[in-house]
Amino acid sequence: MLGLKKADLRLFLIVVGLVVFAPFLLNPFPESVGMAQFNAGYPDLMQKLVIFGIFAVGYNILFGLTGYLSFGHAAFLGVGSYSGVWMMKLLTMNVIPALIVSVIAAGLFSLLIGYVSLRRTGIYFSILTLAFAQMCYSLAYSVLTPITGGETGLTLSLSDPRILGAAQAADGNIPAAHIFGLGMGESAELVLGDWSFTFNVGYYLSGIVMLVAFYLAIRLFRSPFGLMLRAIKSNQTRMSYTGLNPRPYALAAFVISGMYAGLAGGLMVAMDPLAGAERMLWTASGEVVLMTILGGAGTLIGPILGAGVIVYLESIISTINSSVLHGWFNALPDWLENTLVNIMYPFVGSGWHLTLGLVFMLVVIFLPGGIVEGGKRIAGVFKRNRAEPSGDIKKSAEPGE
Amino acid sequence: MGILEVKGLNKRFGGLQALGDVNLEVQESTCHAIIGPNGAGKSTLLNCLVGKLMPDSGTVMFQGKDVLGCKPHEINQMGISRVFQTPEIFADQTVLENVLIPCFAGRDGSFRMRAFESIGSEVDIISQAEEMLREVGMHKKTDMLAGSLSRGDKRRLEMAMSLVQQPKLLLLDEPTAGMSRADTNNTIGLLKEIRTSRNITMAIIEHDMHVVFSLADVITVLAQGKILVEDIPENIKGHPKVREAYLGDAEV
Ligand SMILES: Nc1ncnc2c1ncn2[C@@H]1O[C@H](COP(=O)(O)OP(=O)(O)OP(=O)(O)O)[C@@H](O)[C@H]1O
Ligand SMILES: [Mg+2]
Repeated sequence: MLGLKKADLRLFLIVVGLVVFAPFLLNPFPESVGMAQFNAGYPDLMQKLVIFGIFAVGYNILFGLTGYLSFGHAAFLGVGSYSGVWMMKLLTMNVIPALIVSVIAAGLFSLLIGYVSLRRTGIYFSILTLAFAQMCYSLAYSVLTPITGGETGLTLSLSDPRILGAAQAADGNIPAAHIFGLGMGESAELVLGDWSFTFNVGYYLSGIVMLVAFYLAIRLFRSPFGLMLRAIKSNQTRMSYTGLNPRPYALAAFVISGMYAGLAGGLMVAMDPLAGAERMLWTASGEVVLMTILGGAGTLIGPILGAGVIVYLESIISTINSSVLHGWFNALPDWLENTLVNIMYPFVGSGWHLTLGLVFMLVVIFLPGGIVEGGKRIAGVFKRNRAEPSGDIKKSAEPGE
Repeated sequence: MGILEVKGLNKRFGGLQALGDVNLEVQESTCHAIIGPNGAGKSTLLNCLVGKLMPDSGTVMFQGKDVLGCKPHEINQMGISRVFQTPEIFADQTVLENVLIPCFAGRDGSFRMRAFESIGSEVDIISQAEEMLREVGMHKKTDMLAGSLSRGDKRRLEMAMSLVQQPKLLLLDEPTAGMSRADTNNTIGLLKEIRTSRNITMAIIEHDMHVVFSLADVITVLAQGKILVEDIPENIKGHPKVREAYLGDAEV
């Protein structure tokens, strides 16, 4: 079905399920208990989860398949964001044209940067992409202020010359981003006893876009083109002596991943029409590298998991402060409570990067294949346990396609 | 006129003359062996033919077309395929995928974006690859990672990758080095069979004289970058110059 093999289809349907039911899945704790702290089912965070999922899925096409480690992909995200805002300023508050233009602009941009950077491989390639991204950041931050809004960032204003649509909404405010009239900020609320679940238009739009992006990535992974990208990582020498030109393959992968980044950037401004230069900073590029490696580079689902974990950790851990910590350990004797709080304090709040660093180190050292490898190992243990009693019952033949 | 014509090839590495005025003509449908002691410049000669090295001077014509200055993938697409002295394979991929890649390269050329077709639906290509793997006796290992194969199997795999392209000229750099006697004999059989059934011209570098004399129609002896003699196998066997060059390096 959908041109996918059985295992891929199952994976895709699981992701569809996760996206559709995320408002429930991410809000497991009732509002009143302290654990509600760990709920993630609110629109902002859910949007961020899927948008970074797109970014990482795209990045994985380059890094996971070809092995080219780019440190500049945030630049394409930034280009996507700026062009998205400009479309909303100039054309319409409907997000569709904004998204399309974001993808195209990021694609063109990555074609340029990729063409130059791919003249080198390995560490030199990485450094070239890093240099380009930092140049873009500086340009956006200062030189190109008329286009990018410089330090303050690019925002909508009441005097935008919007061709299709009014400069001001009926209430005199800046009009809201929408898709054919359905506002991105609109939400439906479902209250069940102590639980409340929010279903947000923006989230579901981003979710659908992510599913399409993920589906295309699966197709690409299983295609002859995907095979060639893997060949680049495996042995470029053999590839050229087999009659294949690695350069355009790598460039195509670079541009595709740049377009995914642009799409993510476009979605960000569709949810919140503000684009700042810091979105292009090298730390932002590094973040998507972390996401991909943490989840499992070169695997289908890995980048989505990695993005999920990092975005979740960032927003949940960074809201924990010392009074929350004290609340947790209230029941303990004072001296123990204080010691524990003192130990944990540097790792929460603004120190969440410390936690991230720790998690990342642990994963890279003990699970070089990322979360996906961890999952496989656990599944392997279960399978062995199950296989022992049932013995040689069957190895069910999977029907092709 | 030969399918491959090499004229006046020179290559220096610093002070070392790796190739000195090498002239070579490989006739279509023959097996041309190049032998010589270690460091004679045999691999360097191949490197100049496939675009890995640029010679300092000389010309290389393949089917009347100039090869020098072309990129390796362009030369391969012209019909020259090479098996390396140390196996070059796609170590992270399965044995089957290793053979699929040259199949796609043969059908789709040096670049083609087929990002939405599924490999699984390329029935022709897959059966072509499987057929090739059966011929080299590796059909039971199709799902293994190529990197985990034994050295001899890596060589056979690389040979399969070259053969499946149906090249006009196949360049083999010590294809049986590191193989057991039995595997060597299998390889000889395979190459003989391929020659008669597919009409592939071969140039083979080999230290194993058993292999050389089983396959070669013509033998060129290279020593210190220069061609000593070129003749049919019967005349090479007892040639004094060849003995001198090898100095007991191998019994000729
Ligand atoms: N890239 C290179 N840079 C410098 N010197 C080289 C290079 N390649 C080969 N040489 C030198 O050129 C000479 C010829 O090397 P080549 O590999 O062609 O020998 P060969 O005949 O293939 O020997 P063998 O039988 O050991 O494979 C050697 O002395 C080698 O050290
Ligand atoms: Mg050699």
